[in-house]
This record gives sequence, C-alpha cells and structure tokens, in this order.
Amino acid sequence: MLTSLLTSMPMDNDWISFDVASLGENFWSATFDGLTFGSIYALVALGYTLVYGVLNLINFAHSEVFIMGCYAVFFTLNGLGFGPNVPHLSLASIVLNLVLALVIAMIASALTAFLVERVAYKPLRKRNAPRLVFLITAIGVSFTIQYTIYAIRGPSPEAAVTMFKPTPIFDVFGTIIDSQQLVIVIAAVIMMVLTERFISKSRTGRGIRAVAQDPDTATLMGVNKERIIIITFVIGGILAGAAALFYVMKIPSGVQYNGGFVLGIKAFAAAVLGGIGNVRGALLGGLLLGLIGNYGQILLGNSQWTDVVAFMVLVLVLLVRPEGILGTSLGRSKA
Amino acid sequence: MYRKKLVSTLAVAATLGMLLSSCANQAGTGTSSDTAASGSKVNVPALTKIDTPPNAVLPKGDGKATCPATTTLAYAGAETGPNAQLGINIFNGVQLAINEHNAANAGCQVQFKKFDTEGDPSKATGPVTQVTTEASIIGVIGLPFSGESKATGNIFEQSKLVHITPAATNPGLTTNGWTTFFRGLGNDAVQGPAAAKFMTGKLAAKKVYVVQDDSDYGIGLGKTTSDGLGSALAGTDKVTTGQKDFSAVISKIINAKADAVFYSGYYAEGAPFDQQLVGKGFTGTFVGPDGLKDDQFIKQAGDSSNNAYFTCPCIPGELIPSFESAYKSLNNAEPGTYSIEGYDAATVLLSGIDAGKQSRADLLSWVKSYDKDGLSKHYKWDDKGELQAPTVYGYKVENGKIVPVGAIGE
Repeated sequence: MLTSLLTSMPMDNDWISFDVASLGENFWSATFDGLTFGSIYALVALGYTLVYGVLNLINFAHSEVFIMGCYAVFFTLNGLGFGPNVPHLSLASIVLNLVLALVIAMIASALTAFLVERVAYKPLRKRNAPRLVFLITAIGVSFTIQYTIYAIRGPSPEAAVTMFKPTPIFDVFGTIIDSQQLVIVIAAVIMMVLTERFISKSRTGRGIRAVAQDPDTATLMGVNKERIIIITFVIGGILAGAAALFYVMKIPSGVQYNGGFVLGIKAFAAAVLGGIGNVRGALLGGLLLGLIGNYGQILLGNSQWTDVVAFMVLVLVLLVRPEGILGTSLGRSKA
Repeated sequence: MYRKKLVSTLAVAATLGMLLSSCANQAGTGTSSDTAASGSKVNVPALTKIDTPPNAVLPKGDGKATCPATTTLAYAGAETGPNAQLGINIFNGVQLAINEHNAANAGCQVQFKKFDTEGDPSKATGPVTQVTTEASIIGVIGLPFSGESKATGNIFEQSKLVHITPAATNPGLTTNGWTTFFRGLGNDAVQGPAAAKFMTGKLAAKKVYVVQDDSDYGIGLGKTTSDGLGSALAGTDKVTTGQKDFSAVISKIINAKADAVFYSGYYAEGAPFDQQLVGKGFTGTFVGPDGLKDDQFIKQAGDSSNNAYFTCPCIPGELIPSFESAYKSLNNAEPGTYSIEGYDAATVLLSGIDAGKQSRADLLSWVKSYDKDGLSKHYKWDDKGELQAPTVYGYKVENGKIVPVGAIGE
C-alpha cells in the first residue's frame, strides 16, 4: 500500500490549478457527500479515540477491526442473495436485511477488537512493556490480519453487494439529497450520540472516564480496569462494524483485504484533528476531514492533491492547537 | 450474563437470516429487466463474427522442430494484484500456444515460466531482473501494463532479451530507444482518437467528460482522447489509484450535464466509479478503454455497467471458433481481453524457435524482421517496435457480458 502511495506522484506536466468557479457550482453536493463520508470517518475515528483515551495506545489494528466488519457485511448480504445488481425488494425487507447485516458486522468487528486486545495487548500490559512495544505490536497485528485475509480471499476486491439504489429525497439549493446519504448520516449521528451519552451518563461510562483520567486511582476506587479496557475495545469494534455497513453501502465493491488501510489512516487523522481521546472531537474531525477532502478534489480537479490538502490542514491546526480542535482528554472533557 | 445475551443475539440473527434469505433470493432472479431502462440511448448492435487471415501462423508449426530441452519462454506481468485478471488472460493465452506447440513438436519441448510483478511498477524490477539472469530464457511475453513496462525496459535492453507486450499501450514506451521492446497491439495514440471518434460518432455524444487516473497509461490515454474530442470535451478530472469514493468528481460531471464519460484507467477504480455515477442519477453513456474491459468490471459495477462501452486495440478472440474452443478446454473459461494477443505474441516467438533461432540474439533479430499474419492480425514492426496498421475495436455490455460491436475509429 505504501508503495502504491509513492508511485501515485504526479507524472504529467500540468501543475496545480484552482477551479474556484467549479467549487461554487458544486458546493452543496460536495458538502453533502463530504458529510456522508465524514460520518463514516467519524465512526471509525471513535474507535481510535476511545482506546487512546483509556490506554494511551494508538491501536493501528483498528483499520482491520473495520475491514472484518466489511467482510461480515459482504458474507451476510451475499449469503442473503445480494449481488452486484440492484435488488428488487420491498422497503421492509431491505431494512430487515440491512439491520441483520449491521448486527452481524458489529459482532464481527467487536469480536475482532476483543481478540486483538486479548492476544496482542493484554500479555504486554501484564509484563509492563514500554509504550513503544505496544505501537509496534499494533502495526504487527494490523499486517497479520491484512495478509491473513489476503491469503484466504486473494488480492481482488469481493464482488459488489448493492443494497439499494439511492433515490432522491430532498432538493436543497438545487442539490439532491438521496436516501443513501440520509440513511448513512442519520444512522451514524444516532450511533455517535448514543456513544456520547453512554460514556457521559452510564456507570460503565464513568468507569471509562475514570480509567482515562488516572488508571491507578480508578483501580483504587474500585473500578475494574481490565473490564473497562475490554468494554472500550468492544465499543470501538461495534462502531467500526456500523461504519463497515455504511461504507459497503456507499462503495459496494470496496471489500478488499487492504481496504481499511487508507480509511484507517484518515480516521486516525480525524481523531487527531478533533483532539484524540475526545469523543466529540472524533465526530468533528471526521466530518471536517470528509468536507476538506471533497472541497479539495473539486477545487483542484485532482485527487492526488486532496490528501495533501487534508493533511496540510491537519498540520496547520496542530501547529496552532497541538491538542486538536476540542482538546485531548477523554477524562477531563465533558465527553 | 454477557455470554447469555450474546448467544441469544446470535440466535435471533440466525433465525432472521433464514427467514429473509428466501425473499432476497427471489428478488435476485429478475434483475436483468433493467437493461432497457438504464442502457444508453444509442444502440450499437453486437458483432457476431470476424474474419481471420487464411494463412495465419499457428503455434504448432510443421511438427518437425527440434530444440534443446532447456529452451524457455517466460511471461512477466501480473498474476496477482488488484488488476490481476488482465494478466491471467494473457498467460492463459500464452500457455495455450505453448501447449499446442509442444503437442505437435515432440522434438522441441519449450518450457514456460511465469514471473509475478503484481502489475506494480515498483515491484516489477525484481522479477524482471530474475528473468534476465536466467540464461535458458530466450524470449519474454510481457509486461502487460504501461507503468511497469516503462520501469523495466532498460533491464531487458541491457541483456538484449526480446520481449513482446501484448497489452501495454502507452505511446511513450517506444520512444526510449529500446531495441528489444515490441508492442503486439495498437498504442494509445491510436486508441485515444479512435475512442473520441467512437463517442462523438456512433454513440452521438455531445459533451464528454474525461476522467483519468494517475497511471502512465491513464494519463497518456486521457490526453490523446481529450485532444481527439476537441470541442466535445466538457471537462477533465483526475483520480488516484486505490481511490474508492468519487462523489466529488461525479457531482462535477452531473453539473456539467455531460452525456458521456470516458474513464481512462483500470477496472479496479473504473467499476466503482461507474457504479457510483449511475447511483447519482447519471443517465448517459460510460466509456472505458482496454483497462476496464474485463468481466471483473461487470462483477464490481453490477447492473450499473449496462451503460458501458469499451474501446480496445484488442481483437475479440472469442469470435474465432478454433481459438475459443481450445482456450476454453484448457482454462475452463472464455478467452478474455488480450488472451489472443498473448497467444499470437507467443506464436511469433515459438515460430522463431522452430526456425532454429534458439539464442537471445537470434530470436531478437527474428522478431525484428518478422512479417507474417497471426490469428488476430498482421505482425510487422517498424524500427521502434510499433506494429504497422493496428486496429481498435469497440465493445459493449449486453446482458451481463462484454460483446464486440466492431472496429472503430476508421
């Protein structure tokens, strides 16, 4: 993957140019599309942020937690008879199928996250390994899962699973908002609000915040740290499973062994942009990154520059606010 | 407690699954009915037969050839990787030629070796270096893609090893002064203008939007096509290899009110691109070059692909009955894009071996002065390694299959 990033340097002669008129024309559609993809980033970013908040660990294997959810969606829907063609089903049965796929994807991702924690991180924690070791293990786990999938499913993307054909719902400023965008954004926002409520209101959520603030004191106060850690990983997994369904909904042929890699990096960047360890920050960062990417593509007419623009914005924000837009602490913020 | 909940959730999920599978399966059967609704406005009829040269050179030769047992031809190119299918089509064609040759010539059993580049320029130099250091390899079929061909041409040149690409179409490849590079098909300086003419002519497109990826191939072909379109060009945009979400480009295309889109790149991005384009309500025609023309495109784009046409400097091998049936019995699949080009390229080299050209230098000069018909077309190269008088064909998607619509751009 890194090599293909390297080879994607611009090779033609025309250099950077700005198409402001086009950005004006396409502003609203770029905004809605950006918010749609941004909410997928945000759901994945929450997984990075929660684990970082509790363990101060960047769980690089989270992109594989996400891709396992994508495979679960693929196998479920494929098994139910969905294929590359648009299915002709009643609304009710589409909804039922999607809810089923959502539940299975959440289970698959949560299970992956749980196993990663048990196999890769817990033994290290028991031995009080230095933080750098966790980071390397995380990268190792990420590659292990990726290439295990490669060995089993091969390099090609899976056949597309189309869930429904997007139908126009609203017309805003002359731009159509379709059912797909609506489903993704609304469902993602609901999931994020629920997560936020859970962490700020529930007893377990208080435990998570306590461990994030000061693990030792939290343990002394009777919080079961190991249990909190598992729950954190599982919540991250559940959200990644939801993101997986929305991702496959938007990109039916996107299920591929390394399909989580770039998205994972973007989601991680989104978490940092919003303030890593901060639940609302992940939401804000994800949406912002989705928007910046889309505006960049339209302004520059060239996807090679969209990531450059997105990451330049990230660096500029971090120069001014090194802790991210909303600050970093899961424990201290109102999250 | 938790385990109990998990178990019951699983049970509910499984029950739901069984209930639902029946109705989803029913729905899957009647899907091709959409063809008329989402197909393009202009209908270009499918081609059912093509003529083959009567005196085409075939791999079996006269059956009296002798050669050392170590004589080896190699395929270098993608066996795996995101666009592997195009490579698989080629080496299956090569394998067929070698099998036919060896079956007819007991005294000359040519070995065949494959080297995987994954189609990736940065990974290709390793396997190609390996090819050139194996002394028994005297000729190579490959490399299929333009980027990897550009990256490895010098390695072949240094060891004076003849190689015929059955698929790489970037025009720049023959301007490097290489003497060992031969192109077994037309290049994009031919394909681009032909595609432009096809779109504005037969497909009656008034405003064409050109989208290109960041590969050598996509950039080169995007430019020749845009130039060929002239005033019918509605706009251009660039995407990257590995990109999955194309919503920004698509919104530009729809706002530009384009009635046709040309995607200059490979199917790994082209298929999701077309699928998202149709999902956003685009009703015009989608046209892609040879890099998109593969069943994988249909598999990934689904019935969105009903709006798709392809251009390709490749000959529809599936319409040559003898080739089609032999290929099918060997590979258990229909010939794909470039299968016959791979077969023909291997035949050129095999006929050289049969004529006693069994060293790298001899085989190289054999190809240089070659002037005969192959099954797909006449093979005679100019001093740069370009074919004289290549043909470009148009193809379209019909009932979930890619079918030829005839020669274009003439």
